[in-house]
Amino acid sequence: MNPSPGTGTKCQILFTVNGEARKVLAHPMERLLDVLRNDLALKGTKEGCGEGECGSCSVLLDGMLVNSCLVPVVQATGASIVTIEGMSAQALMIPLQEAFLECGGTQCGICTPGMILAAVHLLEKTPEPAPADIREGLAGNLCRCTGYQQIFEAVAMAARRMVRK
Amino acid sequence: MVTAKDIPGKNCISLILDDQPCLAAETVNHPEEPILLLAHADCRMLRKAVDAVSIEYEPLPPVHTMEESERQSTIIWGTDNAFKSYLVEKGDVEAVWKDAAHIVEGEYFTGAQEQLYIENNGVIAAFDPEDGVTVWGSLQCPYYVHKALMALCGLPEDKIRVVQMETGGAFGGKEEYPSMIAGHAALLSIKSQRPVKIVYDRMEDMVATTKRHPSRTRHRTAVSKDGQILGGEIEFTIDGGAYATLSSVVLSRGTIHAGGPYYWPSVRIRAKAVATNTPPHGAFRGFGAPQSLFAMERHMDHIAQVAGISPVEVRRRNFLKPGQTTTTEQTIREDIDLDHLLGRALELSDYAAKKARFAEENRSGMRKKGMGIAAFLHGAGFTGSGERYLNSLVGVEAGADGGVRVLVSSAEFGQGTNTVLCQIAAEALALPYEGVMIARPDTTVVPNSGPTVASRTAMIVGTLVQSAAQGIKQTLMKTGLLGDNYTPEQFRASCGQFIRTHGALKSYARYEAPGDVYWDDEKYRGEAYAAFAWAVYVAEVSVDLTTYAVTVDDFVALQEVGKVLHPVLAEGQITGGVAQAIGFALYEKVVWQNGRMINNQMTNYIMPTSADLPPIRVFFEQLGNVHGAHGAKGIGELPMDGPAPAIVNGVEDAIGVRFRSIPLLPEDVFEALQPEPPRQQGPSSTRGTT
Amino acid sequence: MRADPAEFRLVSPGDLQVVLSLLASEPTEWLPIAGGTDLMVLYSAGKLPNRKLVNIWNIPELRQIEVFPDTIRIGAACTYTALRGHDDVSREFPLLAAAASWTGGIANQNRGTLGGNIANASPAADSLPALLVYDAEVTLISVRGNRRVAYRDFHQGYKQTALAADELIRDISLPRRFSGYVSHARKVGARNAQAISKVCLAALGIIANGAIRDARLALGSVAPIPLRLHETERSLAGKKIEPSLIGTVRQSVEREIRPIDDIRSTARYRAAVAANLVVEFLEKLATERTRA
Ligand SMILES: Cc1cc2nc3c(=O)[nH]c(=O)nc-3n(C[C@H](O)[C@H](O)[C@H](O)COP(=O)(O)OP(=O)(O)OC[C@H]3O[C@@H](n4cnc5c(N)ncnc54)[C@H](O)[C@@H]3O)c2cc1C
Ligand code: FES
Ligand code: FES
Repeated sequence: MNPSPGTGTKCQILFTVNGEARKVLAHPMERLLDVLRNDLALKGTKEGCGEGECGSCSVLLDGMLVNSCLVPVVQATGASIVTIEGMSAQALMIPLQEAFLECGGTQCGICTPGMILAAVHLLEKTPEPAPADIREGLAGNLCRCTGYQQIFEAVAMAARRMVRK
Repeated sequence: MVTAKDIPGKNCISLILDDQPCLAAETVNHPEEPILLLAHADCRMLRKAVDAVSIEYEPLPPVHTMEESERQSTIIWGTDNAFKSYLVEKGDVEAVWKDAAHIVEGEYFTGAQEQLYIENNGVIAAFDPEDGVTVWGSLQCPYYVHKALMALCGLPEDKIRVVQMETGGAFGGKEEYPSMIAGHAALLSIKSQRPVKIVYDRMEDMVATTKRHPSRTRHRTAVSKDGQILGGEIEFTIDGGAYATLSSVVLSRGTIHAGGPYYWPSVRIRAKAVATNTPPHGAFRGFGAPQSLFAMERHMDHIAQVAGISPVEVRRRNFLKPGQTTTTEQTIREDIDLDHLLGRALELSDYAAKKARFAEENRSGMRKKGMGIAAFLHGAGFTGSGERYLNSLVGVEAGADGGVRVLVSSAEFGQGTNTVLCQIAAEALALPYEGVMIARPDTTVVPNSGPTVASRTAMIVGTLVQSAAQGIKQTLMKTGLLGDNYTPEQFRASCGQFIRTHGALKSYARYEAPGDVYWDDEKYRGEAYAAFAWAVYVAEVSVDLTTYAVTVDDFVALQEVGKVLHPVLAEGQITGGVAQAIGFALYEKVVWQNGRMINNQMTNYIMPTSADLPPIRVFFEQLGNVHGAHGAKGIGELPMDGPAPAIVNGVEDAIGVRFRSIPLLPEDVFEALQPEPPRQQGPSSTRGTT
Repeated sequence: MRADPAEFRLVSPGDLQVVLSLLASEPTEWLPIAGGTDLMVLYSAGKLPNRKLVNIWNIPELRQIEVFPDTIRIGAACTYTALRGHDDVSREFPLLAAAASWTGGIANQNRGTLGGNIANASPAADSLPALLVYDAEVTLISVRGNRRVAYRDFHQGYKQTALAADELIRDISLPRRFSGYVSHARKVGARNAQAISKVCLAALGIIANGAIRDARLALGSVAPIPLRLHETERSLAGKKIEPSLIGTVRQSVEREIRPIDDIRSTARYRAAVAANLVVEFLEKLATERTRA
């Protein structure tokens, strides 16, 4: 990339989003969140606070859970990004979806994309999580509707079903 | 650029009283009051535009507390700073004092609470000279916005269209406020002749939109030797902020719930909503009841102490029984057995054994544990004559393919409205659940089934959906197209046939007040609610004397809500409500400075994370039978009422300090345990600890 | 979002030397950004004064953890997740691993870096008390070369550090001589995750012949900078842990700290809790000793 673009200059950024190579022209300090939502029309990534507190903007960046509101898009150059829209291709998605439905893990749904990504991140690192692991793994994702309990149950259920397979 | 001068209609946010301007023209009554609207094709340019605006204010003396407002030395609203007051009188209170073995007094406070839905307020408005104004938004009550926009834009009913979009949480916070932001977007759109989108960021949303009303409740109760309530006076005051908005209705619910689930032979309740120079406080799950019930349930523990009986016994001796009357003289016709409910909750929480064990263990160690209970009720539906005025209308329509659609303005924002209403219609029509859809709440498509508030949807709207659905069935049967015991296939075929010969197949049901319901708005007497939900909650808490933090270790929520329509959703409503109420009790404090919230960020307004909540164990008990769809009573708000008093009662059990004010932060616990009072009041100094 | 990205530059050379020359070419103009968990919050709130940023998230030299016989050297851009996941760090420097595990939530730990925490220099930062008690040393690098500064001399005043405008923090070295110590860490925040500390403690201690041989105490959020409690430590040396000691320690802690009232808490509360945490540590030290 251009090592020193001037103020106001956009730069070209290449990355993989949900398995597809994408190219965007954006200001380097544009938040990854805004690029996903506005340039790539991936509206499943939500903004709840814009300051790293709520987790509704969570995405996976090279397999790591991050808050996309705190990532300047340049730092995602060359990265592989997974948003909620890309989850349908993941093996974990179906059990998680089913478990969220069965357990009532979603009420208004605004936190759900972030919760699912946090759950995926957790289960990939800890396939058989203890209750405390689930609490910790989701603690950066605020949910105002459920009181979390049914979300914990859903994640635990999905984990059990995955392990059994 | 839009100012008050550009408003085509009336400069107000039309609700109950039309006192709140949409844009301040001459005076601002709170620090966040809108004055000027700016729109730009590039939203990022707007910051610069805003920076270029300067507004000169001529300061007037402000009123920031309920006490200042009541003193009336500065009048900021009406003639006496009071938005509304109520007086409830039952029996002869003056007669009871002389016979009282004890007169128990107490003063209790609750703070403001932010709804903190994770999706901020946001709308899009588009104006078209032909069609008028259309608004799409994150909102609870499409017809509230509709009414407000008609007045503001000076347009007739058919030139305003309001569409509720998927709404990321509301909890009351999107009941009245969306009329404001929709009004702003509409005005900008009318002037610019372009669609306009406004989405608040978190800091804007928290600082400017409504919060739960702060409250103060004073109790003075005459109690017999054995702990029975003989009568008493209750004074309930809430801070309404700068404009009337919904304060009168919040006050009403708080007033009616102030006596709790107890029998008062006589009582006098004086209630008042007062004005202060803060953004208006508004609807939030529970709607006044969590405030007055906090006071009642703390006060019951106090009465128990004075009378020398246990918190369990004092409740047993005073519970309302079928046939007795409430504070508004509503006769309890439900077959409720609160004694049984309490017994069951104590059993589920292992109350007695734990209480004894903690008393023993608390002699040493830095972690003191306690058990607290709260018994309470929550009236379902609108208060008193409210449902009659609403006159709700619900439709159900079937298409030629037999697909059924429920037509209601009741909105889904996480409470399960869509699921439950479709479920009710499907059951009424003997169709599979998948066969019923719900129309998007759009004022051009759905009738006004009333606002989505007050835990009224399943009970009131659900009943209407049930009758409208039955209407479809009856129409098909009357025309001979459908027989008894039909299959879904037969239903589908008959719909097709009907529509081909008669045209559209729709059925509407309108609310009819049960004939025997008596309510006197003047005297505040009569049948306040069609039904009550009842509950006993038990909190197991610990107080860490190293950090002074209170944590809830276990929580039992037992309730009687009539028929549980959908167990998973119902449980979710309870756990979610309990979690919010734990926030209300222990974490969530709005820090005010000159009428402005200064901790308006998620980083310093503290709601519980997944690492902060106990297991919340939810149980339903079904006792009586009431009207409502299959006997369902409201459920959404109930769980907000009980946790705070149960927790604070538990804290008193653990460390013996009588806290009277929430949120109860570690700083407050710390100060209460100090021998000397604070040198200087810090930001979270204790109010109301004895 | 209250900032206009068009007004900002962010360059990403991906090479340490290029970054350093850039910092040297226009010192004070360029601001390094690592995980962005502090900077992006300021930026989005429209409060970031700088307009030119240089990315150091993708500099490999800054992301290594190297284990030498006497020290462990942690690259400045190592994340909390990397620290928590590193066996030697967790085993030998549990106070640092604990601090890492408290910082925000998982997403924040995947991005927030130790160097960022140090440079950001918040009095409430969670990893800094651990660095104080472990006698950490930071290596600063610029085109002028490397220099090493003891962490206790690095953080000089409220949000003030020894970092020159053209310098980066390169790494943090921790001497490997504390594995025999009893350690105690506790964070007191408004909630159990996603919380800024009201008080946090990192403490190390070792007992010999029934008396305290060495105690090392550091607290966050009780002064303009993270504070090492030298006086209190001295007053503990050579003492037996007995009830009489607890009372004097409490007073000594309260004398040494300078807490304030702010939006998160009160000075009185912080002082009392700080003292309680130190007492809790001493009690732990006493019992671990009896067990041993
Ligand atoms: C939701 C949330 C929760 C948080 N919780 C906590 C918490 O519990 N405890 C806590 O301590 N902190 C917390 N933080 C703050 C933050 O995560 C930490 O301070 C983190 O360590 C910062 O690292 P960073 O790499 O993200 O810093 P950046 O934001 O990238 O940078 C911060 C500052 O450090 C400078 N800098 C970064 N790296 C270097 C370097 N190598 N050399 C010189 N200067 C450098 C930058 O120029 C900038 O001034 C939280 C933040 C958020 C958003
Ligand atoms: S929007 Fe990114 S964490 Fe809340
Ligand atoms: S489901 Fe509404 S915020 Fe989680």
